[in-house]
Amino acid sequence: MDSSTLLGITTFTYLFSTVLYTIFYIFKMDKLGKVATWFTATALLIQTIAIGLRWWESYEMGIGRAPLTNMYESVVFFAWTIVALYLFIEWKFKLRIIGVFTVPFAFLAMAYASLSTDINKSITPLVPALQSNWLIAHVVTCFIGYAAFTVAAGLGIMYLIKNKNASSTSGLINSLPSLKVIDTITHNVMVFGFIWLTIGIITGAVWANSAWGRYWSWDPKETWSFITWAIYAITLHVRFTRGWQGPRIAWLAILGFISVIFTYYGVNFLLSGLHSYGSS
Amino acid sequence: MKSSNPFWNFFASVKLALFTLGCIAVTSIIGTLIPQKEPMQFYVNQYGSKVATYFQLLDFTDMYTSWWFLALLGLLSINLIVCSIDRFPITWKQITQDNLELPLERLEKFRLSASFNTQLSEQEVITTLPNMLAKAGWKIESRNRDGIHLFFGQKMPWSRIGVYLVHLSILIIFTGAVYGQLNGFRGSMMLPELQSSSTVFPFQSSSTINLGFTVKCERFEIEFYDNNMPKEYRSLLTVLEDDQVIVQKEIEVNTPLKYEGITFYQASYQPFNDFIFTIAESTNSPTIFTGEFQKEIKWLENNVSFGIINLESVRDQAVRLKIWFSDPTGEPSEFWIDAGEMIEFQRGDSVYFFSAKQRYATGLQVAKDPGVWIVYVGFLLMISGLYVAFFMSHKRLWLIIKNSGTKTQIEIRGSTNKNQAGFTTRFQDLATALENEL
Ligand code: HEM
Repeated sequence: MDSSTLLGITTFTYLFSTVLYTIFYIFKMDKLGKVATWFTATALLIQTIAIGLRWWESYEMGIGRAPLTNMYESVVFFAWTIVALYLFIEWKFKLRIIGVFTVPFAFLAMAYASLSTDINKSITPLVPALQSNWLIAHVVTCFIGYAAFTVAAGLGIMYLIKNKNASSTSGLINSLPSLKVIDTITHNVMVFGFIWLTIGIITGAVWANSAWGRYWSWDPKETWSFITWAIYAITLHVRFTRGWQGPRIAWLAILGFISVIFTYYGVNFLLSGLHSYGSS
Repeated sequence: MKSSNPFWNFFASVKLALFTLGCIAVTSIIGTLIPQKEPMQFYVNQYGSKVATYFQLLDFTDMYTSWWFLALLGLLSINLIVCSIDRFPITWKQITQDNLELPLERLEKFRLSASFNTQLSEQEVITTLPNMLAKAGWKIESRNRDGIHLFFGQKMPWSRIGVYLVHLSILIIFTGAVYGQLNGFRGSMMLPELQSSSTVFPFQSSSTINLGFTVKCERFEIEFYDNNMPKEYRSLLTVLEDDQVIVQKEIEVNTPLKYEGITFYQASYQPFNDFIFTIAESTNSPTIFTGEFQKEIKWLENNVSFGIINLESVRDQAVRLKIWFSDPTGEPSEFWIDAGEMIEFQRGDSVYFFSAKQRYATGLQVAKDPGVWIVYVGFLLMISGLYVAFFMSHKRLWLIIKNSGTKTQIEIRGSTNKNQAGFTTRFQDLATALENEL
């Protein structure tokens, strides 16, 4: 079995995870929740093996490079990080319901990676500028940040749903965690993401400097990553210094996520920039 | 420390910071929508002359160095400086103050509290408590005052500096960027193989820069993958001063040559129409010739002539060359060789070593940025500052020991500047543990 097959399987396992979490949530089947968790953990393991296999395959092909350097591979890694982060949060806060709002993102990412005609799935060799360990550090750290912001946006949506129906007695609303708990986790996840995005931008700058002698050149990709960074910096400040909480932070988490998606996807496909690395 | 000067307060306010940061984020979108630094004609063709004029008026065609964008960055810096000066004294006090002197009413106000009684005498409590707290990682000081015995312990008071480190790091990065901009340059050089130059053409002006030393390209190579993608560009560079070889280094993309604060990056290349030949007779040292396709080249001292009469190219690279070779020992010979390969052959009594390859020019990006180390220091400081600001907290613990007749009363107060939830749990665990043990 090759890595593409295995990654294709992962797409369906994440879809199935999403279904399991949703059924668990809607029908309050606690036993199913455990199954969903174990199933998701297994899916993550399969994906981990697939990524490892892809790495090995690249050596077999005589190319030999980490599977992190084009659009397809970065989307796959993005999905991997979302699920890994979600499982960590579930374990840490004992809140399985968050899975309903985060695992679908991993499925969507995988589905996009597998089905889109925009992206090339083959293992291609690296042009000289991309042969750098700084690039690997850059991709890994950025995507940990992006995954955290995705989870934060999922939590933001959850918050807004609960908040809108605050007086509702419906079981579906009641079984969501309390507003305060969602707010706290959202904040923690955003802080986590902010640190990683910061490191991601910095390693990107160091890489650019080692390849072209310039750590910052305001190309569209850099600029959008800066805009995303600024949105989260503003979010942290309004919380720390102006006491913003709850719905406003939830909206900012969603706004930040939109900026992340634009940085990641929009710049490659909608703007005609120079930073076309990783777009094929 | 609220100043009464409204001017000062304006520049110290976080509102201004939010406004400025928001403006920088929103305006920087412009440069991602409108291509930057193109000639005016480009904008006229693309957007019409009227719009193009407005673009130029507002500096939208080179917005990241425009006065208004730089002004926003400057405003952010002033804001950071004033805000830090404004707040630092309070933080410093919180770090260094004598916490055993705080009035008891202040202690009452801390959110975390627990209290219990024990049968032990006050003296026994006072002797056992410090050890028990030390086990939990609290270094304890104590003092008798106002008829009570007060213990105090704290963890990581200096973590309050974290935010200042982050803010300072931004200023340091800006400083490095400005310093590099003022004292450095960026430009390019196109060096044909076997040629040298000491002149750089800067990107931003039409004048030239003299390096003060000479760079020579000894060799350029390009390697391809099987699917025709370039795999590596490589140049062997020599730095010469007064015709003396000072440094020699093979550079690739991502591994530049540095000399005297100036860095040479492999950026591009250009194939030429002529060829480089290396030829030697037996063990004599080789001689180098350059010459064009289908032109006869004469090696006079050995009475040899040679040339390329045919070639095979892949992409824009000549990969195989058909050589015509003649010397006084007989009929000229013709043979194919791979480009760059050194071959050995015999004619009469002579043994020749011979190679030929197409000539290239290597395209170098040349940069001098003496500010880059300042920027990197800022990067490190930012990451460490964020770590301190987000993951470390200043935790404080007070224990008030009172004698109430036959019993001893122990009151505990705690405070943290961050991660309330985490500290609350630990505070309660500690209180329970103390109660059980005493
Ligand atoms: C892009 C630039 C900035 C970054 C990355 C940044 C970063 C941070 C971070 C990470 C914190 C969190 C501190 C905590 O955990 O408590 C913080 C807090 C703060 N920042 Fe900034 N900051 C920036 C700009 C500014 C500016 C321009 C001001 C000027 C007023 C400012 C004022 C503050 C204040 C007052 C706090 C709260 C400090 C406290 O909790 O005691 N920041 N900043």
